[in-house]
Amino acid sequence: MSAQMLRVTAREALSPLVTRFRFEHPEGAALPLFSGGAHVVVEMPDGDVLRRNAYSLISDPLDGSGYEIAVRREDGGRGGSVFLHRQVVVGDLLRISAPLNLFALDLRAKKHVMIAGGIGITPFVAQLKQLARLQMPFELHYAARSRAEAAGLALLPDLPQIHVHISDEGNRMDLGAVLGGQPLGTHVYTCGPEGLIDAVAETAARLGWPRGALHSEVFMAPPPGTPFTVTLARSGRTVTVGAHQSLLEALEAAQVPVDWSCRGGACGRCETGVSACHGQLEHHDHWLSDDEKSSQTKIMPCVSRFRGDTLILDL
Amino acid sequence: MPRTHFSPSITTRPVYPGLTSQGATPAILLADGAGAEAILDLAAQDRSVMDRAHLMFIPAGTDFGPRLAALNPRMYREAPSFAACLERFRKALADAHMGTQLYLAGTEGLIGQATAEALAAGLPADAIQSEHRGHIARRMQCVHCKGMTENVTTDPFVCSHCGLTLFVRDHFSRRLGAFQGVCVDAETPGLIPPVQEIKP
Amino acid sequence: MTLQFHDETFRDDYTFHNSPEGIRRFPFPFDQDSYMYSVNLEPHAGGRAGSPFEKRFDVDEHYVAEMRDREITLRDDPLRCQSLPHMELAGWDFLELVMVSKSEDYPDLFELHRDGDRWHWINRPLGIEQRFTFLDATTLPCGPLEYITRQTQGDHALLDQREGNLWMDAGMITSQADWSLDFDIGMNFFEWHAPVPKANEMGVFQRALKFLLNLQQGAPTRRLNWTMTVNPRLDTSPENYHKWGPEKRTITPATVGSKQYLRVELQTLWRLPRSNAIAFPIRCYLCSLEDIVTVPKWGRRLHRVLRDLPDELAEYKGFAVNRPVIVDYLEQFDDGAETSPGIFPD
Repeated sequence: MSAQMLRVTAREALSPLVTRFRFEHPEGAALPLFSGGAHVVVEMPDGDVLRRNAYSLISDPLDGSGYEIAVRREDGGRGGSVFLHRQVVVGDLLRISAPLNLFALDLRAKKHVMIAGGIGITPFVAQLKQLARLQMPFELHYAARSRAEAAGLALLPDLPQIHVHISDEGNRMDLGAVLGGQPLGTHVYTCGPEGLIDAVAETAARLGWPRGALHSEVFMAPPPGTPFTVTLARSGRTVTVGAHQSLLEALEAAQVPVDWSCRGGACGRCETGVSACHGQLEHHDHWLSDDEKSSQTKIMPCVSRFRGDTLILDL
Repeated sequence: MPRTHFSPSITTRPVYPGLTSQGATPAILLADGAGAEAILDLAAQDRSVMDRAHLMFIPAGTDFGPRLAALNPRMYREAPSFAACLERFRKALADAHMGTQLYLAGTEGLIGQATAEALAAGLPADAIQSEHRGHIARRMQCVHCKGMTENVTTDPFVCSHCGLTLFVRDHFSRRLGAFQGVCVDAETPGLIPPVQEIKP
Repeated sequence: MTLQFHDETFRDDYTFHNSPEGIRRFPFPFDQDSYMYSVNLEPHAGGRAGSPFEKRFDVDEHYVAEMRDREITLRDDPLRCQSLPHMELAGWDFLELVMVSKSEDYPDLFELHRDGDRWHWINRPLGIEQRFTFLDATTLPCGPLEYITRQTQGDHALLDQREGNLWMDAGMITSQADWSLDFDIGMNFFEWHAPVPKANEMGVFQRALKFLLNLQQGAPTRRLNWTMTVNPRLDTSPENYHKWGPEKRTITPATVGSKQYLRVELQTLWRLPRSNAIAFPIRCYLCSLEDIVTVPKWGRRLHRVLRDLPDELAEYKGFAVNRPVIVDYLEQFDDGAETSPGIFPD
């Protein structure tokens, strides 16, 4: 995974829980451009632990002068977002991966409809800039619980195509109205909690939308669970995975090389073979097919876990 | 005439899984010849398909017209050929909204051309249902002169535009709605293999 | 070393030829004495000095003549270069990639000066100087993909990424091995590979696709592919098959050494930044059998590979009819000695 050390040149609180960070090259060199929806992986050396989290880029895709991300502090999370909020200050150097896009716009679309829930607004901030430059028709719907929590408000331009739905103010998003009557060739993009993505999928299905016009990105952090142990087939070593650690992180901490990219169960890069499994794999990824999941012969160590007696990996 | 079953073939060979009702949503239906029977079966499966349907039919020598009209779709039109109803079909697509269902039934040439139009209008491929009925003739594009030859039933065949003798390559373009025809005697001019009937 | 561009043709009188240095740097595709279809991707991150792998976009002694041949092909058939409407941004991405790479890798041949969106491009071998506005196609004589690929050796496809697949939605294809852009444009990865025998059952495309969907910016990858061509012809298109097809039957024991060419494709794959598309340049290198056998290792190995190749692969690659003559010819250069690993001459 190609990456470079970038300097934190700005941080700004967008809401009580969400902070914007800007990164620039220490010598001012231009950074690789990207497409709206791309993310980077930020490496955080937190004591003995090297944390790696993926964040959507919110800056202008055609501006190589810096990268910006908006990070929501997850106090019950694995510690990456808390580290960024509490420890990272302007002037620090962090290792940032090259941008990768698993949530790109379908540029054939006659119109783009974007639906964001909470911090799921982030990929759309960059996509809006891309769409403005390409002069393509769009509509954005942003749902948040309260105005105070709606960090995205500070990131969105004031345009008639942008609709904000604040549920505390009785202004809930009506998906039927959003998806009804859209012209042929419209594509819909949803980013936010799994419940929102499911609701969009259900409404779209009810209205007869084809699945090919629906795109989504779950804001996926590795879920915690009970600790478990894995055995590596080649070396016979065992590795223990903590409750708030992903299998991938545990393998990395044990210096076992595993290829990875999105760290959110979407890209498929860290797919690992299972040579023996006595127990139940807890698949949390969006990569393996249902058949592959039930066969218990493959696992995505970035998000998936195990419960049972023995798990032997082809590593 | 029953639904055609094609033998499993290469990846680009289109398959026509048949029409399944999506209920009383807005719908565009287009059929030619024996494809009418697929529409009749669809209506028998679920009468409500016709509530908001725009049905276009190319009889191609059949007399299914009155039975289709009797299904009482919201709009009904008969046309003598696909070319004759193309502008109407395009207008229907341009006026349509997401959620509109497209049902195509009949020959491979009709399904291929109508699919290509619908994709160009922005309809995703998975929003298009199709059912093959009637003759198994193919629509072929000559790779040399680019002309389309309709209703090809033999391999090899003669391009109706440039006159080259072409073999039927099992390679289908959804964008063109046609199979590829390639000169059969390019390396040995005049040496033409025996003509065979195309199989499904 | 300064390049001497050949004045040569790829049709009619076929004056194409490789210099002795050109032969030594030919990307011989076989690293062992047998061949089976595989994806064999490796990072495209430089290579042996002087080899075609060294630079991002190799410019060699055939550059000017190849561009002239492309112009002739396009004059006859403009449909060899097409771009579906949503691919223009990818065309700009690719134009930038080529201009930046060539001006950095060959500063004596190419220059690029950028002032914001105001660009100034100088191509000395072709005598081109162009000032234009980046991302404004009206400031170029043609679309960005066509503009830059009229100045870049090899065929070039641009692949859109969506629905977990890659779609061949734009390209400049004038030196292809029997496939038609005009027919294949708009197809996905599996559809355009459909005619390749066996590979689908082997699952190689599934694995290759998974890899490519994750291809990262700044980390291009490459592979070699090969076929056989009679005469040094670049335009072996299906469109003109009825014109060049008869040439395939002109191989005799007396002519095989000079008329039968090994045709190697250096395929590279690049993630493009703004469009998230993938650029897929397919660079064609030609070398006659009589030139190949001047490298003893290659003569021995090519004989063994072609002799033992499964019939269906010879058929798919379109040289089954000439294989006996080719193998007979090569046999005299195979003394049965061991060959060293790798593709380079000893």
